[in-house]
Amino acid sequence: MSGHVVPVKTYLGIFVALLALTALTTGAAFVDFEKLDTGIRLVDAIPLNTVVALAIAVAKMLLVILFFMHVKYSSGLTKVVVMSGFLFLAILVSLTLADELTRSWSPEPGAWNTVVPTILPLLRGFF
Amino acid sequence: MSEVPVSDMAMHGAHPPGFKHQFEDMDQQREAGSLGMWVFLVTEIMFFGGLFATYIIYRTLYLTAFEEGSRLLNVKFGAANTAVLIGSSLTMALAIHAAQAGKKKSEQVMYLVLTMLLGALFLFLKFNYEWRADYHEHLIPGFGFIIRPEWGAAGTHVPLFFCFYFFMTGLHATHMIIGFGILGTLTVMAHRGRFNSEYYAPLEVSGLYWHFVDIVWIFLFPLLYLIGGRFALPGVH
Amino acid sequence: MSTTVIPEMPGQEIPAESRVNYLNASYGVKSWLLTTDHKRIALLYLGSITFMFFVGGTFAVLMRLHLIDPQGALVAPETYNKLFTMHGVIMVFFFLVPSIPATLGNFLVPMMIGARDLAFPRLNLLSWYIYIIGAAFTLYAVISGGVDTGWTFYTPYSSTFSHTSVIPTAVGVFITGFSSILTGLNFVVTIHKMRAPGLTWFRLPLFIWAMYATSIIFILGTPVIAITLFLLGLERLLHIGIFDPAIGGDPILFQHMFWFYSHPAVYIMILPGMGVMSELITCFSRKRIFGYTFVAFSSLAIAIISFLVWGHHMFVTGQSIYAGLIFSVLSFLVAIPSAVKVFNWTATLYKGSISYDAPMLYALGFIGLFTMGGLTGLFLASLATDVHLNGTYFIVAHFHYIMVGGAVMAYLGGIHFWWPKITGRMYPDGWARFAALVIFVGFNLTFFPQFVLGYLGMPRRYAVYPGEFQVLNVMSSAGASILGIGYLIPLIYLLWSIRYGPIAGPNPWGAKGLEWETPSPPPTENFEEIPVVTEDAYDYANVGGSRV
Repeated sequence: MSGHVVPVKTYLGIFVALLALTALTTGAAFVDFEKLDTGIRLVDAIPLNTVVALAIAVAKMLLVILFFMHVKYSSGLTKVVVMSGFLFLAILVSLTLADELTRSWSPEPGAWNTVVPTILPLLRGFF
Repeated sequence: MSEVPVSDMAMHGAHPPGFKHQFEDMDQQREAGSLGMWVFLVTEIMFFGGLFATYIIYRTLYLTAFEEGSRLLNVKFGAANTAVLIGSSLTMALAIHAAQAGKKKSEQVMYLVLTMLLGALFLFLKFNYEWRADYHEHLIPGFGFIIRPEWGAAGTHVPLFFCFYFFMTGLHATHMIIGFGILGTLTVMAHRGRFNSEYYAPLEVSGLYWHFVDIVWIFLFPLLYLIGGRFALPGVH
Repeated sequence: MSTTVIPEMPGQEIPAESRVNYLNASYGVKSWLLTTDHKRIALLYLGSITFMFFVGGTFAVLMRLHLIDPQGALVAPETYNKLFTMHGVIMVFFFLVPSIPATLGNFLVPMMIGARDLAFPRLNLLSWYIYIIGAAFTLYAVISGGVDTGWTFYTPYSSTFSHTSVIPTAVGVFITGFSSILTGLNFVVTIHKMRAPGLTWFRLPLFIWAMYATSIIFILGTPVIAITLFLLGLERLLHIGIFDPAIGGDPILFQHMFWFYSHPAVYIMILPGMGVMSELITCFSRKRIFGYTFVAFSSLAIAIISFLVWGHHMFVTGQSIYAGLIFSVLSFLVAIPSAVKVFNWTATLYKGSISYDAPMLYALGFIGLFTMGGLTGLFLASLATDVHLNGTYFIVAHFHYIMVGGAVMAYLGGIHFWWPKITGRMYPDGWARFAALVIFVGFNLTFFPQFVLGYLGMPRRYAVYPGEFQVLNVMSSAGASILGIGYLIPLIYLLWSIRYGPIAGPNPWGAKGLEWETPSPPPTENFEEIPVVTEDAYDYANVGGSRV
């Protein structure tokens, strides 16, 4: 860890930004983004409000990590350590969700038989 | 590899107080301390993260029930508490800055005490206003939880939401209380003039812990309070 | 605190009794219970872990005695359930997970990198106390009636229906998890920050790479099982429906959270053994390791990929087929770095100058038995075959080949290899080689029949079984008794050697490594002056081998 001294002005600026983002996210909770005709379509399973709230939370987290926790001025090792924590949490959540969300997709017995014949003629087209 | 041993005495004068002899110099000690705290915070990410993962799964499965529960949380206090914690992170950063910049110990102590006060305010608002109200409204699972008819079919899973709410915020509060202990110790050390521009590693390392606790709340607030379809409330657009 | 150390002049042998080392630097119970010396803490762990091994082993003996008869020879079925549960809990959490890291790791990591101690010696001592407290909770659960849920604590049985001491056991495992976390944290910081001058990453002994990779798993995986057991306890107390399907919970979610740690945990159990293997194979072939870089990176690859495969434990419990496909492919992937190591050790042996000391016997046994265990894992990674083999003795044999034929043999090999360094004494060589052979024979007689039993369809965790399986079961039980005796023999002669064994010099094996350049036993501070490293690891004279 470097002995880098962050100026007080930077800290105050980050503080104000964090408060502003808090106000923003609180206000955004009362707005129905689905009803606003923003034209933004994401995965249907994830409501836009959730995306907005989490994006703002991630932004706040980055401000705290980079400036209050000095990661911006830290060694590459520190950055890798921080990223690895979030990476493995992402692995836990995504692979578990991969199961939970696809359980109802399980095909009826015999479905594999119907899939394969439709693929084979396509493959034959290549040879 | 065997050499004539160098006298311990000759080495001691070269190292400042607080030096640990398994290290070669203060730089190595400071870097090891910081890396150690970061590695510990990674374990905390996975610890809270496991809880967040379970919450996310059940929120996906029981969206209606979780939204009902979320709407019953007090957004005003949640938002206020978020601001309070962010403030405490600022004062913590300023306490470290005070030591780094070689400021008087009274300034270091002031910022540390402010951090503790803001943390105490957070806990006071939470326990005295939010949790006490939840208890009186029978929203604590295991302590007289009452399922309300207006929740309809989703009602059976609303207790699950509150289980997660109390467990997640309770675990967070426990970490804050531990943080108090750490801050208290630091305040005593600062008052004794232990920290200066050469030696402030305990402040730095404890600051990392405190900021982490802040970050957990930064995620708890939206995940618990804000994504509950509040726009479904009448009178709000 | 400082003690005068008599310097060793070349050519002058100081009698061991008059030289101050970490064992005799201070006396008394307090000097051991309040020590911060990593070497003494390693011995504290060694004693505790050996005790837990024999407790867990006792349950195994009782199980094998019971299974001599198809109707069960010894205990009621409910008690049998408790036996296999407690055997699993104790062996996994209180023996295998801490074994090599907490004993050999604690002792050797600072010495191998030329440091005076770990980065956080007091945290190290704390980690031992945490282990003891966790073990106390679990032993309390054992004597207060036991647990019968299986070491996997599957819900809703563990959360709703079992009337046994689930919560004390879960608390014990939860607490001990923090012991692992602190050990891993200590190792990571020490290896990053306290290497001696000149000791670059690619000059490190492969044991250090293995400890580093293991520590990554400790740090990233253990907290998840901690929170999972916490949730299990909550569910048991409050019946909210976290994991109980009758009230809306998802029991598969418990399994996801449980196996997210417990699969990487099995790599915690084998990676350190692989690290020991690299040390033993090179020393007793008098050769450099073949493919150092590959072996080093394979340790990291195993640690990382191990986090991506946990669903292969859940192919038949109700997980979606699509998730099963993903996990199956990834499980085949994780076999590759393990295979890389086996190829490299074998290539190291080729044209080496091989000596068959006891540690080498264990190492050679490891190569064969680990390979068998690993290969049988592929049948389990394949979805179609796993449907038939899951829940049978095939699985039991598979993981015992790796855990016992692999990890425990590596542990014993390492204990024997570094015993002279740790104690300053040599053990009786004849008895050591004899015990290694007894263990090898006993092990195979115990567990090979179990592959056949599983293939024939005998389910695991059953107190009774169809009569046609009796012969194989009796063979297995006979093997278990031989194996048990095999484990008692080293216990006896190793303890004997502490008092009566011949005095060992600094490097009885002629091995390469910084730990062998200190006296045996080493002084408390390990090195009077931190060494400067100029050569690569395993710089044995080349005997026609590869220079990779």
